[in-house]
Amino acid sequence: MIRRIPNVVVMKVIEVSDLRKEYRGRNVVDGVSFTVEEGEIFGVLGPNGAGKTTTVECVAGLRVPDSGTVRVLGGLGPAEVRRNLGVQLQSSALPAKIKVWEALDLYASFYPAPADTGALLERVGLSARRDAYYGRLSGGQQQRLSIALALVGRPRVAILDELTTGLDPQARRDTWELIEQVRADGVTIVLVTHFMEEAERLCDRLALIDSGRVVALDSPEGLVSRIGSPQRVRFRPSHPFDDAILRALPEVTGVRHENGRVEVSGTGDLLPPVVSALTAAGVIPADLRIEQATLDDAFLALTGKKISA
Amino acid sequence: MNKMIITEARLFLRDPAGPIFAVLLPLALLLGLGSIPGFGEPDPALGGQRVIDTQLPGMMVILSVVTMALTALPATLVAYRENGVLRRMSTTPVSPVRLLVAQVVNNLAVAVVATVLLIVLGHLFLGVAVPRNLLAFTGVFALGTASVLGLGLLVAAVAPSSKVASGIGSLLMFPLLFVAGMWIPRELMPDLIRRIGDFLPLAPFGQAIRDTWAGHAPQPLHLAVMAVTVLATGALAARLFRWE
Repeated sequence: MIRRIPNVVVMKVIEVSDLRKEYRGRNVVDGVSFTVEEGEIFGVLGPNGAGKTTTVECVAGLRVPDSGTVRVLGGLGPAEVRRNLGVQLQSSALPAKIKVWEALDLYASFYPAPADTGALLERVGLSARRDAYYGRLSGGQQQRLSIALALVGRPRVAILDELTTGLDPQARRDTWELIEQVRADGVTIVLVTHFMEEAERLCDRLALIDSGRVVALDSPEGLVSRIGSPQRVRFRPSHPFDDAILRALPEVTGVRHENGRVEVSGTGDLLPPVVSALTAAGVIPADLRIEQATLDDAFLALTGKKISA
Repeated sequence: MNKMIITEARLFLRDPAGPIFAVLLPLALLLGLGSIPGFGEPDPALGGQRVIDTQLPGMMVILSVVTMALTALPATLVAYRENGVLRRMSTTPVSPVRLLVAQVVNNLAVAVVATVLLIVLGHLFLGVAVPRNLLAFTGVFALGTASVLGLGLLVAAVAPSSKVASGIGSLLMFPLLFVAGMWIPRELMPDLIRRIGDFLPLAPFGQAIRDTWAGHAPQPLHLAVMAVTVLATGALAARLFRWE
């Protein structure tokens, strides 16, 4: 499912082609190419040290690539790129004793037509902390301030690097919600991450990066389906039934019984036909579970490596 | 730019140890040492001047400038680099150069406040004359302060961490203050040391401050050394400074 705004002419917001960058004799970025389209959340996913950050730093103009080209918004010059691109970097980037509102106010003054800082603070949930020192904020609050700084210039594109690293699960989900709202406003987002769950939840398309190369580029669903691993549905039937009612379904490739539980394997969207066939036979499936391949499995299949350390 | 200076000034005052040190220590030394009876008598070794005429207040002006420019400024700037403040700013339409300018302005402001207090309080409590050649004094102060700030920026440019920056700052500060006559007046120094001092950044600054305080013209050599220091440190710092 590609969640794209309908009836909009899709414009290439970022075009990266054959990007290369070497550090101390190592090709950190080794021929990376991808394009990011307007209005999408584009994920750059890969293990630590894969070259993700270096790649987006080249896009943001923080680093000069050894070779290859980066075009932002149709090929803007460096000054124009800085005006239209909001960047959220990995490490802390503010003095400890600056207050939340001061930081936002200062950054707003850098842009010709900044966002309303009060509304922005409200949106990232920091209104109550506007007078707090940056150094006194929790990790999640610092991240949200950092997102606010990336958005205060009303950018057309926002690059967010390791957005939720170090956040607790609740803060992480809040941050994801915020990102979805920002995209709903029409900001194109490039999300650098090594979190599978984050990529699966947020991204329209993903570039899987490993050892400085793009190993695959697709939607999360497309990447998972690419490895062709079967889906499994497990349940405990309310009473015995004839396997034939399930085997007759085109999606089903196998049915197994084990300790009173049934495991149905198959392809495609397995759950709805299985449940309706059981219901038609008067069987109620209890403890219903569905097992699907994840992006982790896809990454493993494509590179032979686990993505999460 | 104004917002940047105001923000940096706020940050500066929230962590006031550095500025307070740079203002209060020289002031306390001036008033404390200045009330030692012997320092108020004409001293043949100083050509008949009293210690409190130009030696003591002149050195205190230098001390306050050096404290800001060689310890406070580089430590702050290198910490900004370490914490990614400069790098973050370089992704915005505004260059981090402005942050450097704001820092320099703030440090300069503290040195000016300290110097004005030294002159006014020294005059009120010790009867130290106000600099007789005030215009030349102001010019020397501006040039000398610029040369020490340039040195501080150079330290910030080459120091890999804020600890190293403070280390280099102090390491430069003490010998330079020594040849400038902080502990022994230059009049009492061996010729060789005084001659070496003439070509180092701080002694010309101190001597020119004392000369103009007494109403004399500063020596052309001293003005030249300060000017060269400004140009050389400025150019080097601009070349070597890294945002990350």
